[in-house]
Parts: sequence; C-alpha cells; structure tokens
Amino acid sequence: MTVAEFCLMLKRYGFNFSTGVPCSILKDIILYLSSHSDIPYIPATREDEALGIATGAYLAGRKPIVLMQNSGLGSAINPLTSLDMLYKIPMLLLISWRGYQGKDAPEHLIMGEVTIKLLEDISIPVQVISKDDPEEAILASIKSMEEKQIPAAAILRRGIIE
Amino acid sequence: MKRYEAIEMISQSLNGNELVISSTGMISRELFTIRDAPQNFYMIGSMGLASSIGLGLALSLPEKQIIAIEGDGSILMNMGSIATIGHFAPKNLIHIVLDNGTHDSTGGQATVSDTVKLEGVAHAAGYRLTQTAASKEELRKAITRLSQQGPAFFLVKVEEGGLEGMGRVLHSPEEIKNRFQKRAIGI
Repeated sequence: MTVAEFCLMLKRYGFNFSTGVPCSILKDIILYLSSHSDIPYIPATREDEALGIATGAYLAGRKPIVLMQNSGLGSAINPLTSLDMLYKIPMLLLISWRGYQGKDAPEHLIMGEVTIKLLEDISIPVQVISKDDPEEAILASIKSMEEKQIPAAAILRRGIIE
Repeated sequence: MKRYEAIEMISQSLNGNELVISSTGMISRELFTIRDAPQNFYMIGSMGLASSIGLGLALSLPEKQIIAIEGDGSILMNMGSIATIGHFAPKNLIHIVLDNGTHDSTGGQATVSDTVKLEGVAHAAGYRLTQTAASKEELRKAITRLSQQGPAFFLVKVEEGGLEGMGRVLHSPEEIKNRFQKRAIGI
C-alpha cells in the first residue's frame, strides 16, 4: 500500500486530526498529512504533549491520530493511563517499531523488544500492520476504540507502507 | 492573593460559554468547590497537559473561548506546549498559570518558578498577549483583557496553601468527559 492510499484509508474511516512526534519510519506519512488538509497534522514537542493535544481535539468532536516512534512510548504511558484510558478517550496510536527483531541502532533494542508487551501490560489494544493487508490492523484498532472507548495502537514496521 | 481567590475572580468573570481545562490537584479541587460546572474539564491525572488539551480544543473549535488553568509546577513539566501554542497561536486560547512557587498538591516542594520568567517565555514563544498579575487589583485589570485576541498568557502570583476543608471532585472521569463534551459540541 502506498502512503497516499494509507492516508486516504484513514480519512475514509473518519480520522480528521493528527499530531505526534516524527520517526523516519513515519516520515512519508507525516509529510503527506502535513501537505493535505483532510487530516491536519500538528507537530508536538513530545509524545505526552501530542496525547494532550489529541485529547482536546477528541473533546471537540474530532477523530484523532497520534503518530510516534516506539521510543516515545515512555513519554506516553502516563497520559495514556491517567488521561485517555481513565476518561475513555479513544484515538488511533500509529506507532513505529524501531528495534524490530533486534536489528537496529543500540538505543532502540530494549524498547524494540518490549514495545508490544508494554502496550499489552497497560491494556492498550495493539495490532501490527501487515504488508499484505494494512487495512486489517486499522479496522481492528477502530473496532477496539469503539468497543472500549480507549486508544488503540497500530504498529508500523519499516517498509510496510511505501 | 490566595489561589482560591484568584480562581474565584476568574470564574466569576466568565459568561458560562467558555470551556475550562483545570489542572490536576488543588486547582481542579478548588474550581470544583468554588463553582462546579459542566464546561469545566477537571483533570485528575496527566499533570502538565492542561494547556495541550486546551490547544487541541482551541484549534478544533475556533469559535469557542478555551481557558486552560494550571500551576507553575504543571507548566514547568510541559514547557514545549508554550512553543507549540505560540507557533499555532489560536486566538481563542487563554492560558492561565497560578504561580505559588511550589508543588502544593504534593506537600509544598519548591519549583524553580521564582527564577524563571514564565511571562517572558510565553511572549518570546509568540503569545499575542502576556501579563503578570501579582495582586487582586492587578488580576482584576488583567481579567478585563480576557476577551482580547489570544493566545493570551496570564501569570498570576498566588500564595501557598489552599481552601480549608476542600473536597475532591465528585464526578467520575467519564462523567466529567461526557458533560464537558456535551457543552463543547452538543453530543
């Protein structure tokens, strides 16, 4: 799936606001969102700030996406657990997976190994986006968001959306 | 000026159509005790994010006046938010920092706000209106400027300590969200 097809799919499912902190895996998606007004992208300084901005957008009736690198999960845990899960504020977390299968720069290896487990430990629904059918993970995430009214994570590895 | 006196003066000046985000801890508890209202979003966690939630609301509801109230400890945790707000400069966002120089909700530990010129930071980041109020008289004057074009940053110097016998917010987080959202967008 191309970046444009992926972003148009997100638009088709009603997402209409995005914020986050960049990652090289997400760079083309962020570039696309930044240059198209359908899903405006607000660059945040940190992942927790991004979750705050997305929460405000949700309260204002938007359907937000938060993009971040998995290294930023550390900054995101507190607002996920004490804001969005607590107040029942759903949003799509599009999280890149650095350190996947232990093949990456050293700073990504520990977080890369525990990314899925960390999300599962705090009971955030998590899906890994596949190359064959990227829509499947997004649909499953939307289903979780609607059923549980909390954020759901879709994990993006390098080379899946091009 | 006590913190609750500042909160009382600010809330009395509002017409009820504004949406208010109040920071976790004593500020939300005092606002709840002084004037509970569905348009108040009381935070009970995620310290530091009041102004970020305010930014998300302000960008999405440009016709609504958004007021984020937090303490010095809270804004010092999320100084990046000042940069993002200054950059996007929503006209409808008012950012109020009640500065008592301490983390009052956790036992009065000192913050570093006494040496940091927070109003200057907001001004440098691009807020259109910044003002410091160190007395009730100054706050009264500052309040008359609340309707001016934002983003506005009001640094209100308050004393340590809070309202005696103050309760906790009695609504559940989900109730707070639901009634706030109803006021924000009518659903």
